[in-house]
Amino acid sequence: MTFSITRRGLLIGSAAGLGAFGLTGCDDVVQNPNVQSVLDMAETLTMKSQRLLVPKDKLAPEYTEADISPTFRPNGTSQPDSEAYAQMMATGFADWRLKIDGLVERPVELSLADLKKLPSRTQITRHDCVEGWSAIGKWTGAQLGPLLQSVGLKPQARYAVFYCADQLEQTLDGSGTYYESIDLIDAFHPQTILAYQMNGKDLEVAHGAPLRLRVERQLGYKHAKYLMRIEMKDSFAGLWGGKGGFWEDRGYEWYAGI
Amino acid sequence: MATLDDHSQATPAGPTITVIRRHSLATRITHWINVLCLSLLLMSGLQIFNAHPALYWGQYGADADPSWLSIGAVDGGTRGVLRIGNLQITTTGVLGVSGTGDDATERGFPSWITIPSYQDLATGRRWHLFFAWLFVINGSIYALIGFLSGHFRRDLAPSGEEISPHHLGQEIADHARLRFPKGEKARRYNVLQKLAYLIVIFILLPLMFATGLTMSPAMDAGYPFLLDLFGGRQTARSIHFICAWSIVLFVFVHIAMVILSGLWNNMRSMITGRYVIETERDDR
Repeated sequence: MTFSITRRGLLIGSAAGLGAFGLTGCDDVVQNPNVQSVLDMAETLTMKSQRLLVPKDKLAPEYTEADISPTFRPNGTSQPDSEAYAQMMATGFADWRLKIDGLVERPVELSLADLKKLPSRTQITRHDCVEGWSAIGKWTGAQLGPLLQSVGLKPQARYAVFYCADQLEQTLDGSGTYYESIDLIDAFHPQTILAYQMNGKDLEVAHGAPLRLRVERQLGYKHAKYLMRIEMKDSFAGLWGGKGGFWEDRGYEWYAGI
Repeated sequence: MATLDDHSQATPAGPTITVIRRHSLATRITHWINVLCLSLLLMSGLQIFNAHPALYWGQYGADADPSWLSIGAVDGGTRGVLRIGNLQITTTGVLGVSGTGDDATERGFPSWITIPSYQDLATGRRWHLFFAWLFVINGSIYALIGFLSGHFRRDLAPSGEEISPHHLGQEIADHARLRFPKGEKARRYNVLQKLAYLIVIFILLPLMFATGLTMSPAMDAGYPFLLDLFGGRQTARSIHFICAWSIVLFVFVHIAMVILSGLWNNMRSMITGRYVIETERDDR
């Protein structure tokens, strides 16, 4: 009898505890750094599993012209508001250059015309936003892999970091500048392109003119727009929040395969 | 053995008390881990849904495309509306708009049902994907043990007689009158219970898993048949949502049945494994 009361007491106690957690403690638990670091383990597990389950050169599904979204919703910045960008836009990006430097043998600066002469790829793919929506578009651009090969990677190079012209958040220290990073597996994937065309026309400003990244097996925020510079690095620890991207510094996963 | 509970004081003239082991340790542990996972997955899932509170059919779907379900605010953000097809339901205070008057805020599902309570997609995703892993690992262990131990075959597979229209009709009628099996019959799940559990274990939960994976651009690259199976990423997202609420519906019925057919006995059997069966003397 005593035993039964104890057990019942235990049950009621734990139910009450759970209730209290539900009523007052939820957001405290959510914001606890230890809880967060445990939850972050899922990202590593997801990345390792997906890298294991999906062969490294396996292509993202490609669609037909008939599948293209009638309206492709722009997201993030739709018009960078810097003076420098406005000037580049006014001259049709004639003065724009993409700088490739960092851990490379031969740093280069490429004009839009230079990029258009490189081996290109056209693909009709689905863009999946982290918010949940999807849009299908046709992208044409220079493959990143051969381009990186031509500038020669130093052995320590592990990540390609993409710097953008837009400030998605206005800050004094520049930490609101959009940037992204991918590792060499994604950088050398055949569908990873620097796109200068969308749906058969020059890339619109809302979609990242003059050049944006397409990294088709990851979510939309990895597809950096308004590219200015690609820096090859061995780590992105020293950059702004140190997480490898604008949204990563704000809590989103660096590996965005799901 | 029979003195573990309140019924130990039953008079000699009363019913005989038999205590059986109802649920195996594996079933009990995986059941409660599943309760934790599904609760947190639902709440973090609704946080994710709130980032884009509209659902579509097909490969793509965004603001300019026709959605079959949307939750939003109209009339300058003062009236919350749930729209399903052409049907519009005012849901101010719960869906679309939380709070009233000066406190009214536009949000899909209200803060008391999302993790975190405030709008934070990044954190919602961290919770969702962590507990998705735990759910999959837990479910795999349960399924493996269920097959190997014969739990599914012995306890869940209905017999031919049980799924005869006559028997099913009888069970439905008994349930409607809240008459639950007693005595020897209470040792086993009844057929409606079996069917409900089978649908959840072998249809709804696997569908949650598979449609969840279909929303992953990397998995779609590796396993494009997922897209063909469900008819596109946005259809998979819609099915994910529908299955989630189907599971919620199941849980409500499940909890109601647990309460109506003996809350304490049922809870004890899912925690300690022990379940009490009352048998009338002349039944034996």
